[in-house]
Amino acid sequence: MSAPLLQAENVGKYFGGVQALLGVSFAIRADEIYGLIGPNGAGKTTLFNLITGFAAPDSGRVSFEGRPLAGLKPDAIAKLGIARTFQNIRLFANLSALENVMIGRHARTRAGVAAAVLRTRAQRAEEAAIEARAAELLDYVGIAARADALARNLSYGDQRRLEIARALATEPRLLALDEPAAGMNATETQALAGLLRRVRSDGVTLVLIEHDMHLVMGLCDRVLVLDFGRRIAEGTPREVQHDPAVAAAYLGAPAA
Amino acid sequence: MVFFGAACVETFIQQLINGLTLGAVYAMVALGYTMVYGIIQLINFAHGEVVMIGAMVSFSVIGALVAAHTGLPAWAIVFAAAAAAIPVCMAVSYLTERIAYRPLRGAPRLAPLITAIGISIILQQIGLMIWSRNPLAFPQILDNRVFHVAGATVTSVQLAIWIVSILMMTGLAAMVYRTRLGIAMRATSQNPQVAGLMGIDIDRIIAATFIIGAALAAIAGVMVGTYYGIAHYTMGSLLGLKAFCAAVLGGIGNIPGAMLGGIVLGVVEALGAGYIGDLTNNWFGSNYQDVFAFIVLILVLVFRPSGLLGERVADRV
Repeated sequence: MSAPLLQAENVGKYFGGVQALLGVSFAIRADEIYGLIGPNGAGKTTLFNLITGFAAPDSGRVSFEGRPLAGLKPDAIAKLGIARTFQNIRLFANLSALENVMIGRHARTRAGVAAAVLRTRAQRAEEAAIEARAAELLDYVGIAARADALARNLSYGDQRRLEIARALATEPRLLALDEPAAGMNATETQALAGLLRRVRSDGVTLVLIEHDMHLVMGLCDRVLVLDFGRRIAEGTPREVQHDPAVAAAYLGAPAA
Repeated sequence: MVFFGAACVETFIQQLINGLTLGAVYAMVALGYTMVYGIIQLINFAHGEVVMIGAMVSFSVIGALVAAHTGLPAWAIVFAAAAAAIPVCMAVSYLTERIAYRPLRGAPRLAPLITAIGISIILQQIGLMIWSRNPLAFPQILDNRVFHVAGATVTSVQLAIWIVSILMMTGLAAMVYRTRLGIAMRATSQNPQVAGLMGIDIDRIIAATFIIGAALAAIAGVMVGTYYGIAHYTMGSLLGLKAFCAAVLGGIGNIPGAMLGGIVLGVVEALGAGYIGDLTNNWFGSNYQDVFAFIVLILVLVFRPSGLLGERVADRV
């Protein structure tokens, strides 16, 4: 098997006296869809923050394609090839859908202050290319018709799609999705699953936090289960489903 | 009533013309306040001093070129002055950001605010050391042609100020709303953390914001210098405060707001100065001109704290 795309070793994080994560290790392989599940407060989003450089681990290390992420700013991590979406959608509300995606192209293009002011030919050509690519991505996630709408005026489902388009614009190798199906109905969720499969087949590895077990079980190749900041199980959805520790975490320990 | 009749219409138009000129300058300076506030929520009180440095540098350049008898036309000399003032102001502004504000990025908001006041004092003292404590009179090189409009007069300098400021503001608007740098600036002001995640180097965008604001301030400095014909090392503080009022009037953080706020404030101030004598039976004279900006500031803060065009405050909640 090839080297993992993303590797976390013994990662720990404290918030004051609260232990959000305790010695968690896992590895995500290239081209898989990796699920992260666990009861509320298990540390899933904290783990996401550590992967994407939003927060630094207090102990342990995270590396991407063999490179340690310690000390890198979020824009540097984005340039390495990690993108994410948020549990509570964080679009640029007062920018149009198209502009939101164009922003994502920043990681992959050069932005010269002088060039922007002087409007050089190369600069204008680059901007046209960015806009074209952004329009393609809106089409890819299925909201091309809403390109000029302000992000805040999009429906909830469309906002989630826009977040994915924006993340894809950074050309990630790894896309981290924090509860992508939250608030979606069954039809929308199904369409989302189709979109995510297509993203994966286009060569992007996915890691997602999700509470919709149906989606997780149908979509993920492997699943990591967290509970109170600890890793309690990892395996295929089927294996995890039958793990007694997982059942205990979700339903409470069976009466002895 | 005194203000009916032809003489009164003329006064009104004249004060309107003066006010629009003043307002154009305020708008250019207000943009620097509002852009920096929009992106890092800092009232950069040192910004007025950047205008002062722009005026001072242009004074030196104009003085040197005139003394050298280069035979250059007056407009070329003023252009050269601006060409020198802009990079100097950009450098000063960039350095204050880099040295004073960036290290305080994570600090409580009061810390950079007080630092800004400190920087303002430092820049003033530097101005004092380089350009002396005396008011410096600009050589009168621009032949101030006068045009008559409806009984009032417009000078060629006023016209030039209008044209240049309209050009600069359209250019700025095009940059902010069309280019990727502009989109990146707006994204950073809406959510710096997520902007970073999109591969935007936040520190660079912030530096660019300071630099662009400084360029506008430099041009404003040249305008003020040539318009009033005088520069002084303390000129930046009152001008800066008024431009800040203009930014608040328009809605702090809002770019079109700063333009509108500047113009409105300039007109209010000029009309106020023109009529205050008549209105108060000459108890107060036009030397009370400076009061109007602050009356406007107080009224805005009491009745419409988000400013004329500002909805941003509500958006942030």
